[in-house]
Amino acid sequence: MAAMLKLESVSHAYLGGQGTALAVEEVNLEVLTGEFVSLVGPSGCGKTTILNLLAGLFPPSRGHVLLDGKPVQGPDVRVGYMLQQDYLFPWRTIKSNALIGFEIRGEQSEKAERKVLDLLRELGLDGSAERYPQELSGGMRQRAALVRTLAGEPDVLLLDEPFSALDMHIKLQLEELVWQALRKRGKTAVLVTHDLQEAAAMSDKIVVLAANPGRVERVITVPESIRQAGPSASRKLADFEPLVGQLWTQVAEYDAGPAGGAAYEQ
Amino acid sequence: MNNEQDHRSWLEDLETRHLEGERRTTAGVRICQLLLLTAFFGLWELAGRYKWVDVLLFSYPSKLFHHLWTTLLDGTLLPHIGVTVVETVAGFLLGTLLGAAFAALLWWSPFLSRVLDPYLVVLNSMPKVALGPIFIVSFGSGYTSIIATTLSVTVIITTLVIYNAFRETDANYVKVVRLFGGTKSQVFGKVILPAAFPVMVSTLKVNVGLSWVGVIVGEFLAARMGLGYLIIYGFQVFNFTIVLSSLIVIAIVAAAMYQLVSMLETKLTSGRRGR
Repeated sequence: MAAMLKLESVSHAYLGGQGTALAVEEVNLEVLTGEFVSLVGPSGCGKTTILNLLAGLFPPSRGHVLLDGKPVQGPDVRVGYMLQQDYLFPWRTIKSNALIGFEIRGEQSEKAERKVLDLLRELGLDGSAERYPQELSGGMRQRAALVRTLAGEPDVLLLDEPFSALDMHIKLQLEELVWQALRKRGKTAVLVTHDLQEAAAMSDKIVVLAANPGRVERVITVPESIRQAGPSASRKLADFEPLVGQLWTQVAEYDAGPAGGAAYEQ
Repeated sequence: MNNEQDHRSWLEDLETRHLEGERRTTAGVRICQLLLLTAFFGLWELAGRYKWVDVLLFSYPSKLFHHLWTTLLDGTLLPHIGVTVVETVAGFLLGTLLGAAFAALLWWSPFLSRVLDPYLVVLNSMPKVALGPIFIVSFGSGYTSIIATTLSVTVIITTLVIYNAFRETDANYVKVVRLFGGTKSQVFGKVILPAAFPVMVSTLKVNVGLSWVGVIVGEFLAARMGLGYLIIYGFQVFNFTIVLSSLIVIAIVAAAMYQLVSMLETKLTSGRRGR
């Protein structure tokens, strides 16, 4: 299968008033079409930087970022992004929030509106189209944000810890929902997470990163049985705990890097 | 079942007593406010009538209200009020709009913002009404100078406050728009401006007060009409009844205007908080 996303010896440094910070160095990564890849690692391993580079928010300092074989020039319609929190605009209704992508591209139409309403119904938000984000619970808001992302029918989904701010049971529900939605549509996804169980439950491939500067330390392929089961079912499989255990040891190992064992977080 | 009703009546009792207490406090506050007002005007009246203070300088309430009443009836007061109100409204609306426009410019160009930073600091710390004479020689003595004086008081601080609000907008909202391929002007129109809207409305309220300062000082310096002119005129002919009655009118009109803008603020922003 062809690589949908590709990083070719990518390095990125942030230049700021307090000096230069090398966020990631010489990262090579390939995400195949339809594949679900998770990025895990200690804080400072450049997980979010990699995601932002894939989204085309800024060009890498060195190296190449490819989407479907072509260099990424900037944010692309084919790429959807979910943030840690919903970041729905409080002054817009749920429907209007979900339509913002079309609005920005100047593609408002009845068809777009129908699609958004269909998606809202699919994710159990049909009664909330005309409500404001403040009126909704955290889980509903994150689902509305998912509708906003899916409405443009992206081929690739970039997920930046989108479940981390939610209660456990809502988190599991949403994981299942996103996993089903991606599988049904055959979409490619990259998930950044600090939750190793989540990474194990959802992914086909897990990329373990090391910090200071961020680099790929190891790529773990998830066993077929876990891949085929959804995130909730896979947590009950016999292979699951050993996989999480393996991830734990690896992340803990690279965590005690040059920074001197920074707390494993984020 | 019985227990539940007991529970409810206990709660109702508590609520009734709480509301009763609240009502009593409110009534107490109102009575004290009224007492203070009557005491102030009563003492002033007595002090004037019994010559405890110099009547020529301090006048007394009945004389003031009589003066206000006659000038209101013969139609000489209203034009002054009208002129000042128009100047103030023009001042705070223009001040807020110009301030917002300047803030947008600074947000748009970080380079310009860095260039202008020291000048804004100096202008902001400067007492702007000191520029009054410059405005008069540039714009002549009339509405233009008065509105220019008013704008000098309001624009800089409005610019700084709104620019800060623009900059403090959560970067993640900006990220949402950028991820959908939004341009800089779309980021501004869809995120920055609506996010800063409550701040802009509240600067409107601050600017009402500031505009009164600008307008009255402007009228002191260059005017043939207006409440500020009346004060200076009364002072020059040594008729302090005119001065003090103008002050009372200013207090009433300024408070009314502030209340109106407050109501407008609640109306414009209620949608967000309530919903």
